[in-house]
Parts: sequence; structure tokens; C-alpha cells
Amino acid sequence: MATATYVEEQRSTDKTALITGSEAIAVACKLADVDVITAYPIRPYDTVMQYICKLVANGEMDCEYIVAEGEHSQFEIVKHASACGARVFCGSSGVGWMYAMEALTVTPALRIPMVAMVGNRALDDPGAFGVEHNDALTVRDLGWQLVWVDSAQEALDTALIAYRVSEDRRIFLPCAISCDGAFLTHSQALVKVPSQEKVNEFLPRYNRADLLLHPDNPITVAPQGNEDWVMEIRRQNYAAMERSSLVLKEAYADFERIFGRSYGNPFFEEYETEDADIVLMGMGTLSTPVKVAIRQMRKAGKRVGFVRMRWFRPFAAAELAKSLGRFKAVGVIDRDYSFGSPYMSGVLTTEVRSALYSAPGSKPPVLGFIAGLGGREVTVPDVEKVANSVYEAADGKSQPLTQWIGLRE
Amino acid sequence: MATYIQIDPTQKLDPFKSVKKLPLEEYFTSGHRTCQGCESALVMKMMAKAAGPRSIILGSTGCMYVANTTYYSTSWVVPWMHTQLGSSGSAALGTSAALKVLMRKGKIKNEPINVIAFCGDGGGADMGVGAISATLTHAEYNSLILMYDNESYANTDIQLSGSTPWGANTTFSSPGKVKRIMHRRWKKNMAGMMAAGHPECKYVATICMSYGLHGMNSIRKALAIGGPTFIHSLDPCPKGWDYDPYLSHEMGELAVNSGVWPLYEVENGLLRLTGRTEQIAAGKIRRVPVRDYLLKQGRFAHFTNDDIDYFQSKIDDMWEKWLIPGVIPFRRDVEADTPPSS
Repeated sequence: MATATYVEEQRSTDKTALITGSEAIAVACKLADVDVITAYPIRPYDTVMQYICKLVANGEMDCEYIVAEGEHSQFEIVKHASACGARVFCGSSGVGWMYAMEALTVTPALRIPMVAMVGNRALDDPGAFGVEHNDALTVRDLGWQLVWVDSAQEALDTALIAYRVSEDRRIFLPCAISCDGAFLTHSQALVKVPSQEKVNEFLPRYNRADLLLHPDNPITVAPQGNEDWVMEIRRQNYAAMERSSLVLKEAYADFERIFGRSYGNPFFEEYETEDADIVLMGMGTLSTPVKVAIRQMRKAGKRVGFVRMRWFRPFAAAELAKSLGRFKAVGVIDRDYSFGSPYMSGVLTTEVRSALYSAPGSKPPVLGFIAGLGGREVTVPDVEKVANSVYEAADGKSQPLTQWIGLRE
Repeated sequence: MATYIQIDPTQKLDPFKSVKKLPLEEYFTSGHRTCQGCESALVMKMMAKAAGPRSIILGSTGCMYVANTTYYSTSWVVPWMHTQLGSSGSAALGTSAALKVLMRKGKIKNEPINVIAFCGDGGGADMGVGAISATLTHAEYNSLILMYDNESYANTDIQLSGSTPWGANTTFSSPGKVKRIMHRRWKKNMAGMMAAGHPECKYVATICMSYGLHGMNSIRKALAIGGPTFIHSLDPCPKGWDYDPYLSHEMGELAVNSGVWPLYEVENGLLRLTGRTEQIAAGKIRRVPVRDYLLKQGRFAHFTNDDIDYFQSKIDDMWEKWLIPGVIPFRRDVEADTPPSS
């Protein structure tokens, strides 16, 4: 009896653990009772698979843990497992994610729920292990729900939310959780690990219902559609992504109710924006140097705020435009590039400008900054330099629309 | 001894005794748009019949997807899902893994379900060979990968694949005024490669549906034996091989009887030549000249006598000089290969 009580207590109590971002996602997979997981090595995401391997070997997790022979197979295997009703997990980094591109294309097209981790990494060539966001961003048009997290705690929590939203029948779209390579995948932090009971309350069983591939439900999945039906099918995916915002809001509200942790606005985090003149924007662990710089600048009387985009897809354009309309100028720091894009800006900058353009109300100037490529550190002075330029724009002084920060001349 | 591999039970699928004893139920029916005389469509029909209703079939991109499985007119009675061109191995593995874990966790009813992934020669011998190879090493997942080989990318306009025979005229190897032979690669030995390279794979076979009962029983054996298995089917293709559709059946027979297409199975490591091939090897019947096979097909119409002789010499080598005739191309002696000038 004593043992049973102990086990029950263990199951129902949150614990605190010192773990990396990768390990936090591995723990989320265990708590979510994931059925099929496929691994393939590439740094830095692959640490998550090393942790999962240990969880399986130690009997803490019951799943099919398959080491694939390449990322294409890695993602195809879980795609098919999900079609048969299995909860699945997968992941990659950099060119590994690109190698899986065909599978990444068909997974949302087929409305297959899946949670994947992207340990953001610079694309080859030249080889670099450090963070860049171009890998995950390549799937931005395809129906993947894309989220960037900036702490191990947020990684764990978001993975649970991702399963709930991805497997919601109204959505049935995959979700990729981006964790900055090294800065998050390999950095330890204290994380509150929720109890199994709470997770069970939050996360319903994955139910494919009439879409299950099984002899009791002999459906044909993804036949040749041709010009007859492709447009209507695309429109269904469009509608699913449109519903994703609503389902995400529901999930975050329920998350707060069950776990007692609130993320405020699910789509973007605002830091010191209440009285801000100008704001900086970015995704992922960029938040760390930016927040430090903001605290320093505020001591010097500069009212600078920060908006960290969490969900890139769906992109909360109206809400973001409403928020940004309060400021005199916006500086978006991209850890990515989009050569030949409008004003040669990064991907996030272009999206933010696009969100503002059609929104009612005030439209602050948006400056684009490209920084921290290939894992280069974005320093506090870098952020101050960005803020100074944004202040100049706020004062009506002409500034370049795209600037590279921290670049050796 | 500890059990390292947990193979789930499979269905009991005894061999069909004769054509007359075949079940009447069809699991691949009307609705497809394959060409007249398409042998691959016949393979699909026989495969589904051999496997029966408790099956999941995965179809890689190719003729048997594009022409065979159309939205709103699917021909599949059993559950069917498309997989990407190079993904037949991954599809089989993912489906089988899902069934295994969901049954173990009690999330679906525990019962043996056949998992079959098919691919064409482009999807199998070219793009998907890595994934198929990987799946054949995952001994704990029951599945069959069936490669229907019509010797070209027949759905996209007849382009050569790694499985197209030497010299064949395809849209990527059409002869011209200066060069007669544009395809100078020899056909990949897929079944031999899969059998030799994957010691834990319990069953590899070659079939040709001109010998339907043999083909179906090979499929049943592959599904019943457990673990991942591989079957390579040679499918005459009127469009790609350029012959009158009514000759499809005969073309398959000629491929076997000329020794170009040896029928064999490797069951638990034991090699057995089967069907007509066994009789050829035992000297009970003589091989038909390769010329009789080649000249019935428009894709070889540009061949000179030298070309035909060269083709014949390579087939003779296969039977007389290979260490395991018709199966494994290791040799005892080194000899120069001298193809005719193209």
C-alpha cells in the first residue's frame, strides 16, 4: 500500500528538474505517451532522440523507437504511423530538415497530425552547427503550424499544447517546435515537469475516427486528385489553418486552468511594451540578450520594449498589427535571410510589414535587421545599435530598411 | 536464450491449391484507368486476392498510383494509402510499427493485419532502394514490399530506370543517327541484392504474373512468414515495351523461358529456383533464344545482330558463369566485358 501511495503521489505531483530544451521535449513525449518515434542523427536536434532512447531503454516510456536511414524516411515512417492512429514524434535540424522536404510537404497536405522538433541550425554550405531559422521557415507555406520557444519550460509546455492542437479533429495539421540550436537545445534550466495526471486531463487520446487507416475502415487515402479536386482540398487545409488560432487559444486557456502556468497571449510575448516608444521583435532565444539590453537601456531612460513572436504559423496578423500600432517604430531582428525578398529583408520582417500594411490604424515604420546567423552571438551592444537605429526612424530620420548587425567588415 | 526480436503473429495463409480453388472475392476491382494489357494491374488484383480483407496496402507513386487510384473511383476494397515515390519501405515500416504498438497498448484490437507496400521499379530500384533496404533490416515489423517492375518510369512517359534492360529504347534513351545504344547500364539485380544484403529478411522472391498461382502463393508465403519480406515482380508493359497488348501474358512467359527473368525464392536463407526456372536449371527444358523475346518488343527494334548476341551472351553468363546462376553475379574467373560499339 505504501508503494502504491508513493506511486500515486509521484504521478500527481509536479517536479522540478534541471534539463535542457531537448530533454524537456523528450519528457513531454513521455508524458504524452507517444507511440512511434523515429530518429536520425544531425546536430543539434538529435539530443532529444538520445534522451528518448534512454527513456525507452529504462522502461520509462513504451513506444516504437525506430532509427531511420535518412530524414526522408524518418518523416515518412511517422506520417504513415499517424495515419494508422499512432501518436508520433520526429525532428531534425538544418539540411536534415531539408532532406525530409518531400515528406514535410505531404504530411500537412494529407492532414496528418505530427509533432516535430526543429533544432534550428544554419543550412549548408558552409557547414555550421549554430542557429539560423531558415530551416524551419522553409515549410511556412505548406500547412505546418510553426512555433518558436525560448526556454526549456516553454519547450515542454508547448510540446503538450502542440499535440493537443495538431490532433484536434478541427485541425489535423502537423506542428513543428523550433528550438534554437545550442542556445536552447543544449542549455539546461530548471523546468517544472507536470504530473502525468494533469497531462492526461489536458491531452485527450488521438482519435482519427473515420479517417483511420484500418481494415475495419477501408478507406482510400490520397488517391490521384488531378485538376478535378485539388483546389477544394487546398481550401480545406486553408480552413484548418484558419481554425488553428481558435483551437490554440482554447488549448492555452485549458493549459493555464490545468497546469496553473499562463503564457498570456499565445501568439506573441510582450516585454516592457506598456510605455514603450519603440519595440524590437524577434523569435527564439534572441529574447535573452534583447531583454538584458532593454533593462540597461531603460536605466538610461530609453523606453524600449520587445515583442517575441511565438507562433509564426498561424501568424496572428490582426492582433500583432493592433499591438504594434501603439509604437513609433518597430525593429525586427531576423535570425534568417531571404535573398531577393522585398527590401532584401529577413522572413519575419517581411511578414510583419505585410501584417501591418492591410491593418487599420497607425502603421509604424518597420526596420529589418539580420543578425546572429550561423549561431553568431547577438550581443547587448548589437541590440543597442538596433534600438538606436529604430529610434532614429521613430524621429523621422531615414534609415536603411535592412541592416546586417554584428557583421565583420 | 533471450528473445531480442518480438515478431507478432501473422495470418495463416496456406497456398492456393489451384486456379479453380481461388476465392471469388476481389479486393482490387473496377475504377482504375490502367492501359489495356497492363500486367501490373493484374499483379495488384492478384496481390490483393492473395492477401485478403484484413490487409492494409500502401502504394508508392507510379503507374499503380497515378493510373490506378483515382479520387472518387478507387479500385481498392481494402484500406489503401498513397506513399511517396521513394517511400515504400518507410510506409511499410511506419504502418507496421503503428499496428504493433497500438495493439500492444490495447488501443486497437490485437489481430494479425497484413501490411503491403508496393512500388514500381523507379520507386524501388532507383529512389526507394535505401528505404526498402532499411526496412528489410527491421526484423520485428511484419510487412511485404512488392516491387512491380515494368522496366521503366512508365507513367511519366517511359523513361529508363535502374531496372530497364540494356539498350532499350525509352524516351530518355532513344536511339539517334550517331548513337544507337543510349542506355548502356545493365539491369539491377534487386531481388538478389535484397536477399544477399539482408540476412534477417526471411523471404525474398521473384515472380511473374504470367504464372499467377505461383505469384499469389509467393505473396501468401511472404505475408505469413513474419518480419519484412520482398518480392520482385516482372510485369510486361505494352506501352513501355511497345508490343500489342494481347501479348502481355506471352511476353512474361518468354521472359522466364528465355532465362532473362529467373524465378526463385529465398526462404529463411534457403535458395530454391521455382516454376519454369527450376526446370531450366535442371536441364529439363532448354532456354528459348533471347532473340525471340527481344524482337517481339518495339523497344529493342533498333538492335543489330551484334546487340542481340551481346544480350544473349550476358544471359548465358548469368546461367553459366554466375556463382549462383540467375541469382548472385559473383564469379570464379575474371573476364572482360565487351559490349558492341554503340
